[in-house]
Amino acid sequence: MATSSVSRGCFVFKPKDSKKRKIPVAADFFNKGDAISESDRLQFSTYESLWQQMKEETERFQDNLNEKIFDSLLSFIKNSHIHLNSKVNDWSYRMRCSEIPTAAVVLGVNVPDHEMTFQRFSDLVKQSLTPHVVCLHGKECTTVKQVLQKVLMHLLGGTVNDEEAEEEDMHHSTPLSQRRIHCSMASLPGWYKAITQTSGSGSPSKKRKSCAVEKEQAPPIVIIFKDLETFLPEVLQNFITICSNYIQQLPLVLVFGIATSPITIHRMLPHAVSSLLCIELFQSLSCSDHLTTVIDKLVLTTKFPFKLSGKVLQVLIVIFLYHDFSVRNFVKGFQLSLLEHFYSQPLSLLCCSLDEANGRIRNLAHGDCERIRQVPSFMRYVDCQDSEKQIELLTNDQYLKDDVQKLLKDLHIYHENYFPVLKCLHVFTSSLPKYPLGKQIRELYVTCLERNVWETEEYSSAFQLLGMMANNELVSLLQKCIDVLKSSKQQKPLTDIRQKLEEFLSKFQKLDDIAPEMHDKEGDENNKTSPEKSLQKKTDLYELQKTLMEMKKSRRSKKLSRFEALRMEVLEFMDKLVRQYLLPPETQPLHEVIYFSGASTIRRHLNATPRTALQTALSKPYNYLQNEALRSEGETITNTAPDICIVYKLHLECGRLINLYDWLQAFVTVVSASEGQDPDKPSKGQVDQVLHARFIRAVSELEFLGFIKPTKQKTDHVARLTWGGF
Amino acid sequence: MNLILCAPIFSHSSSGINQKNNVRRTLLNVKQDSQKWEKTEQAQESLEVFNERDYVEALGAGDSGCQGDLSDEISTAGRDLFTFQTIKRADKMAKLASELAQTPGKSVTFCAAGQQLTAGQIRDNGQSNQRKTPSKSKRKYVSTTPYRLRKRLTDLADLSSGSESDYSSSDSEGGEESTPGGVSNPRLTPEAVTPTPTPGKTAVKKSRKLAPPSLVELYFEAHSSSKVLTSDCTLQKLQTPKLDQETLERLVSDDRVPFAPEIRQLNKQHEKLFRKWMLQTQLGFSLVLYGLGSKRELLEEFRCQMLQGDVHVVVNGFFPNITLKSILNSITEEVLGYEGTFRNPVDQLNYIIRAFQEDSTLDLYLLIHNIDGQMLRGDRNQQILGQLSAIPGIHLLASIDHLNAPLMWDQTRNCLFNWLWYEVTTFKSYAEETSYENSLLVKQSGALALSSLIHVLRSLTPNARGIFKLLARFQLENKDNSYYPGLSFQDFYQRCRDAFLVNSNLTLRAQLTEFRDHKLIRNKKGADGVEYLIIPVDMATLTDFLEMEDKET
Repeated sequence: MATSSVSRGCFVFKPKDSKKRKIPVAADFFNKGDAISESDRLQFSTYESLWQQMKEETERFQDNLNEKIFDSLLSFIKNSHIHLNSKVNDWSYRMRCSEIPTAAVVLGVNVPDHEMTFQRFSDLVKQSLTPHVVCLHGKECTTVKQVLQKVLMHLLGGTVNDEEAEEEDMHHSTPLSQRRIHCSMASLPGWYKAITQTSGSGSPSKKRKSCAVEKEQAPPIVIIFKDLETFLPEVLQNFITICSNYIQQLPLVLVFGIATSPITIHRMLPHAVSSLLCIELFQSLSCSDHLTTVIDKLVLTTKFPFKLSGKVLQVLIVIFLYHDFSVRNFVKGFQLSLLEHFYSQPLSLLCCSLDEANGRIRNLAHGDCERIRQVPSFMRYVDCQDSEKQIELLTNDQYLKDDVQKLLKDLHIYHENYFPVLKCLHVFTSSLPKYPLGKQIRELYVTCLERNVWETEEYSSAFQLLGMMANNELVSLLQKCIDVLKSSKQQKPLTDIRQKLEEFLSKFQKLDDIAPEMHDKEGDENNKTSPEKSLQKKTDLYELQKTLMEMKKSRRSKKLSRFEALRMEVLEFMDKLVRQYLLPPETQPLHEVIYFSGASTIRRHLNATPRTALQTALSKPYNYLQNEALRSEGETITNTAPDICIVYKLHLECGRLINLYDWLQAFVTVVSASEGQDPDKPSKGQVDQVLHARFIRAVSELEFLGFIKPTKQKTDHVARLTWGGF
Repeated sequence: MNLILCAPIFSHSSSGINQKNNVRRTLLNVKQDSQKWEKTEQAQESLEVFNERDYVEALGAGDSGCQGDLSDEISTAGRDLFTFQTIKRADKMAKLASELAQTPGKSVTFCAAGQQLTAGQIRDNGQSNQRKTPSKSKRKYVSTTPYRLRKRLTDLADLSSGSESDYSSSDSEGGEESTPGGVSNPRLTPEAVTPTPTPGKTAVKKSRKLAPPSLVELYFEAHSSSKVLTSDCTLQKLQTPKLDQETLERLVSDDRVPFAPEIRQLNKQHEKLFRKWMLQTQLGFSLVLYGLGSKRELLEEFRCQMLQGDVHVVVNGFFPNITLKSILNSITEEVLGYEGTFRNPVDQLNYIIRAFQEDSTLDLYLLIHNIDGQMLRGDRNQQILGQLSAIPGIHLLASIDHLNAPLMWDQTRNCLFNWLWYEVTTFKSYAEETSYENSLLVKQSGALALSSLIHVLRSLTPNARGIFKLLARFQLENKDNSYYPGLSFQDFYQRCRDAFLVNSNLTLRAQLTEFRDHKLIRNKKGADGVEYLIIPVDMATLTDFLEMEDKET
């Protein structure tokens, strides 16, 4: 084979005729067969446009989410050196002037997302404040020299490049960055002075103008430590000490990205160093809130036709909650689901906006129609129709197309009503003690997707709790619901619901007016009963119990107050809404078109467990090689199994060390028995060479897989590296 | 021999029809199965949301969905994987072997037999009498195979009678030693205390049920004593203790692969994914392939089928001399056609990133066999590979085999790679991958090292050769000294001067640089700060070399 050699490990292949070479396009592979059909292309382009929209949407709201923290950071950076030029000589200034202004940004443990945040941040700083921004990675900076080198290269190299770009003279841009092997901070003040002066001297170039605007305030130098925890403490300490010596001449600002907690700073920096910093703390949005927004914008919306089924959503949420807290990975999972849906579901062709879908339905070929007829939810739908319509649906393509159009429209309307009602329900349940239906809307949503929510125990307990709500609480909930409905589309059923709720609200308010009178009446009743009670103050236990029972009975039979009646009415209305609009999507015909349900696919691509696969293959080869000779029960394997499985199984019986000789003997016993050889044959210490070779191969394979390693503790022994096993 | 080896294949072909039926049935049942699966999954997932313990289970069980298309009923919960190790007695393996040697599935009564085996040499009559009492027919059946095994072992023990007693004693003592204090090994108790021979499997299960907390204790037991409970047999007892690489390859290649049709079937399933792989790599995902068996041929097949029209780089991560530099070099030099050199990998990486940014038509497939290879698993290497894979024009497909390979990537790096995981269990032997490895059982012939020595030295001046021979001789003289640190530079210089080989310190240094470049010698700083020189070649090769040199002159 061309790719194996004893002297090289790296092989480059270039196609021979480079002219004919065409750039492979992803669309070319968007099919399983050989020929790529028009509908495949259409599907792929739908996927691409949909993904593009979603990506843009994500970026947009992520910017919005970060806006607040960015704003405060920017103003911090802006104000940090405001005194440098103004020559204020007050006491507090002198106190602080030797300290390096530092922003400690607590970002949370979702490290993969930080990259994006800092990218946006440095872009923003570059745009609005200063061109001098340096981003440092802990992994790239293991010595002070490297840190300095990076900083200088970025600052000097960057500006040199800029100036040269203006002069269109590139000849020493690269040498400079490479030549600067000896580097010291001392060269920076001179450079900075030169920069600020030249920018002050006013040149026609665009960049200089922007600098001139900020002339009264020299642009600060921002150094971002993206992941503070990965920096070596002494490197950081030395760097900060060096920086503090130059703080008079250079307007330095440090930004620490912290994943854990602000205490890390003090853990990494001794007091002598941390006293050189003037630290201000910034807290970013928690990743859970972030996820809530993502789900709200990507999932709980009718903007995108594509939907995740309950199980897929749950897999993604579980990966988020239990593995990484990374929104970026969540979005990646979303993208993968989208891709899988369009790749594996032929009907995903219709997973697009309603207008487009109508057009596509009209162009459906006969085969596609047949495919629609075979969709389970559609078959159920057909079963429910009367016989004439059934025949029409199953035989007449045109009739089918019209009907599918209608069904898709229904599906769309279903979603339009679904989400506002879901949000209303969430408003009601999220304020309950112990959150029977979940604190976050995503939990409620998953429950609603999976089954009829009103049949769950949690739902009934939630409504019991709601039945005990006080007046003002209920009013505020209603108000919130009305707000939710106002923000959604103004359409027939929703507006009706809103009106109804508003009615309730006004009734409650009227109730408040009547309440005082009511109270008087009730007070009278109370007065009537209370004398009786007071009369029987001194009774025996039995009497007391009796009275209490009676009181309870009377209370139960007591007529509901007007507030209670109204409350009941509201709750019944809510219950009706839920039952009407929060049907699980499985009940909708053609839900397969827009719901992706391959939860296991997503899980095994994103959250794989290679070790389980490996050990399953070793201990239960029948799962992969479906040969009857390999079928076995329980934890045993058959003696005809592949060599490596037998060797593996034998090694499980050993402790920390394994004697190779015994292992070999055991292996030979097993294998020769499986081959029908008579193990009694007097072999006199002779092991068949082929068996020996097979054993060696199997053992070295186990070593390659990392189950054993050679050891020198005892001759001809290997050490086991795993525990237990099956 | 061959005939016998073919037996499983024949037996398979007779069951081939069954096999096909099975496949068809599975195809038919796919829908039902998937529904079934979803139902179970639904049940699991509803539980798992906020329950961590359930989640751990679901992790394992969820994974069984991976093989949903291969089989329906695997449930290997993570709990099974990561149990504590229990103390194993030395004869455990022999027991299991005898059990496996019997007809498959009949795993009932190997325990008593094993007991007999261990008791073989030091049997006391009372015990054996006790053993004979229970149900005769069973005993008879049991005694056959282990008897054979025992016989084999005793036969072998006769060959070198010295270790015989060692073997048995370490056996019997092992059990007792491992049970200090009151805690007794539950695996042992049923066998030792109760006179009736309980079938081993059930005994184990029973004891597990009886005392589940002792699992923790067992862990500490296993680690408390440094005593190793294995027999003292060595491979020297075999006639051919070690085979060399060539014979090994010859012998194994004769061996026909068992279950070839099934393996082919597996492969076919994987090959169906090729187009999807292309699609997903084009869309910016990287693929990582895992599962038992060499994935090299599969990736080769992928390369041949799909990548003929594209620029691609194949990297053998299992190659012992692979370096990150060679990978980066082959990209910059051969793909991008850049002639210059770089100061460090980061610079080189930056150059590649820039080149790909500037020319968006560049498209490169990177296939890495065993990205978890010995030389690539380092932190820095993985970081740079991750950054490479993050370049939009570079598409990465990699395979992993080591069972701890996923530990190479933390969250950040995982994100950089943007992995999609694919399980491709091929059951192919790791022939190519392990051929480089200095396997423990393979005799090192040293032929390669010797020829390289001779070739290099032939191109040098006679003086240089003399210097090298001097060092080699000195090393050979000290071959019995296991603490031999090497020849110190000063000492070496003095000797060379005496032999009129060099006239100054500098000339010697120049010579040594030459050797070092060819990796003929190695420098070592001693504890006292003195520089020592050694030849990193084993003694036998060195002796051969000197002999040949002497013959020539």
